[in-house]
Amino acid sequence: MRVVAAMSGGVDSAVAAARAVEAGHDVTGIHLALSRNPASYRSGARGCCTIEDSNDARRAADVIGIPFYVWDLSDRFHEDVVEDFMDEYAAGRTPNPCLRCNEKIKFAAVLDRALGLGFDAVATGHYAQLRTGADGLIEMHRAVDHGKDQSYVLGVLDQQQLAHSLFPLGDSTKASVRLEAAARGLLVADKPDSHDICFVADGDNAGWLREKLGDKAPNHGGEILDESGEVLGQHDGTYGFTIGQRKGLRLGRPAPDGKPRFVLDIEPVSGTVTVGPREHLAVDRLTGVRPRWCGSVPSRLEGTVQLRAHGDEHRAVVVRSDQGVEVELLDPAYGIAPGQAAVIYDGTRVVGSATIAATQRVSA
Amino acid sequence: MNDRTVYLDHAATTPMVPAAVEAMTAHLLEVGNPSSLHASGRHARRVVEESRETIAQALDCRPGEVVFTSGGTEADNLALKGVYWSRRAADPRRTRILATSVEHHAVLDPLHWLEETEGAAVWPLAVDSQGRLDVDAFRAAVERDPGSVALISVMWANNEVGTLQPIDEVVAIAAEHGIPVHTDAVQAVGAVPVAFARSGVDALTLTGHKVGGPFGVGALVVRRELDVTPLVHGGGQERDIRSGTIDPPAIAGFAAAVELAVKQQADHATRISALRDDLVRRVVAAVPDAHLHGPALDSGLRLPGNAHLGFPGCEGDSLLMLLDARGIECSTGSACSAGVPQPSHVLLAMGRDEEAARHSLRFSLGHTSTQADVDAVVEAIVPVVERARAARR
Repeated sequence: MRVVAAMSGGVDSAVAAARAVEAGHDVTGIHLALSRNPASYRSGARGCCTIEDSNDARRAADVIGIPFYVWDLSDRFHEDVVEDFMDEYAAGRTPNPCLRCNEKIKFAAVLDRALGLGFDAVATGHYAQLRTGADGLIEMHRAVDHGKDQSYVLGVLDQQQLAHSLFPLGDSTKASVRLEAAARGLLVADKPDSHDICFVADGDNAGWLREKLGDKAPNHGGEILDESGEVLGQHDGTYGFTIGQRKGLRLGRPAPDGKPRFVLDIEPVSGTVTVGPREHLAVDRLTGVRPRWCGSVPSRLEGTVQLRAHGDEHRAVVVRSDQGVEVELLDPAYGIAPGQAAVIYDGTRVVGSATIAATQRVSA
Repeated sequence: MNDRTVYLDHAATTPMVPAAVEAMTAHLLEVGNPSSLHASGRHARRVVEESRETIAQALDCRPGEVVFTSGGTEADNLALKGVYWSRRAADPRRTRILATSVEHHAVLDPLHWLEETEGAAVWPLAVDSQGRLDVDAFRAAVERDPGSVALISVMWANNEVGTLQPIDEVVAIAAEHGIPVHTDAVQAVGAVPVAFARSGVDALTLTGHKVGGPFGVGALVVRRELDVTPLVHGGGQERDIRSGTIDPPAIAGFAAAVELAVKQQADHATRISALRDDLVRRVVAAVPDAHLHGPALDSGLRLPGNAHLGFPGCEGDSLLMLLDARGIECSTGSACSAGVPQPSHVLLAMGRDEEAARHSLRFSLGHTSTQADVDAVVEAIVPVVERARAARR
């Protein structure tokens, strides 16, 4: 196959590209330029947008011996990922831009362009496994390395996208990938993993949002209330909060019972943030919208859902609805925010995903 | 697929000519610092001075006017900063710098720096839809307040679309007010006639690797009467304007290349422009909507080896990659920051929109180009454009 290997400049995508070559594919390395102003984003080597990362990707391609190009997708990325991220926070929700990027950029804009240019597939360094099921459809399963498993952020891919994807690292542990990178002479072998959100330079989400949103959000400043409606403090923007957040509330006085308080609700229009005890965060039902299915669409499934990257699995019953899905959690989940993705699993297989629109608290 | 590489990016760099390789390698094993006083030093100095004379002969300047640098970018920086500083020191009112908006980044970026940090006021000079300086607008910009102009910088020929600039008219207007003129002639030397004294410019940039010489060596030809404040301080080796140990082998190779390029210029231009015309005509005939940017082929206002073509509905990046996969090497003609292609400032200055600035390719022919190269492009271009258009949908 003719394969485009998306190379971030990190160790995983470099080894993935090398393995694609070894599997006999005709591989071309590409680095995605996602920032309109690469120098301004990250100065470290952790993100996916810096000049250093682009150079690291280029050197890895040299070592592997494949052609290498930079594809400028900064406009698409800004429209589909960065603006969506801002809009979601402005609306009081908590988005995951990595899923959005996979859905709209890596396995859409990049894949479409690659197919148009005569390639057959896109290979990435994501940790997930693909196999062909009994029904002939491509199934995506969790990676062998459960600590690194990234099937959650790939839960937005449909059958068409999966049929043109390669994840060469799904059967390996991160430790073995690093050893392999060193053995292959890839200088990125000991480069630190990326974390956080690539376009938020210093990892300070709230600061970034404050700067970018400015007056765009109808939520600059408001009151922090307890569940009885008593005003406990003030804040300067609901985008600084996420449901389940405990730190940074700066309430001054402790709760009467001395227990820590958590963000229970965010109301962006009035700017109200409600706090309360952890047990009031417990959620046992979710409504999911914008469902994305990896393969055939179940009407009812007893399986598990994962509600955040590297989060726990929750046993659940998922039922399709007109809007998307209704999820009944058999064990309550805490700190679940609208905007997050619920990725649905049947065993290790990813069934699909939906964006959490509403949660229902466990009745006391 | 082609096993042979079809190299059509001579404006980026062109292969060294055998005469330059010979001249350079002849000195690589010799010892001697040209600044040393002993026999070995004198020998090295002789190599450098003979090279300087060779270049002076080829470019119609005096040997003492040739200041060797590390290349075109350093020569441009030296001309712009060095002349700006000295002219402003002589009269603090001189803070304006006039330059076309289609200059190379080696000119635009130092100007931007002078504006940010040294109080310069840079006046971008408009060009027409062919990329050629608007002389009336230029005259108006000068005459608005001639006493405030520190210097004028107008490239001899544009690196992207190949437009030749009206250097004679620029010099004539500048001379009325005694304003020095710098020209970046990196693309022009060897491609069109370039004569320093006859042109009347005060400073001229050239570089080795664009004329068949080595990388890492170039020169600023600068009139002795023009004060230039040094950029690089040290031993003062080059007329106290430029310091750094002189590199005899590179300079010998550079001189051999300049000599040959200038000697062969007319024949080269005839041969290369015929190939270029053939390439443009056949590509435009084969690909619907494809069109030439910059001056017409027969206008006499274009570098002989430059073919800058627009392919609507395509990304230049995609075209480049698809041609590269077939062994055909060209350029999107756009500046790169971190490998991120930016829409060409040259095409934007020529009034093209961002879309046009993104769908363009530059083929640049040079001394090794052949009819077979042109045929290879013509053969590949239709399927490549179809593919690139499919990728855009």
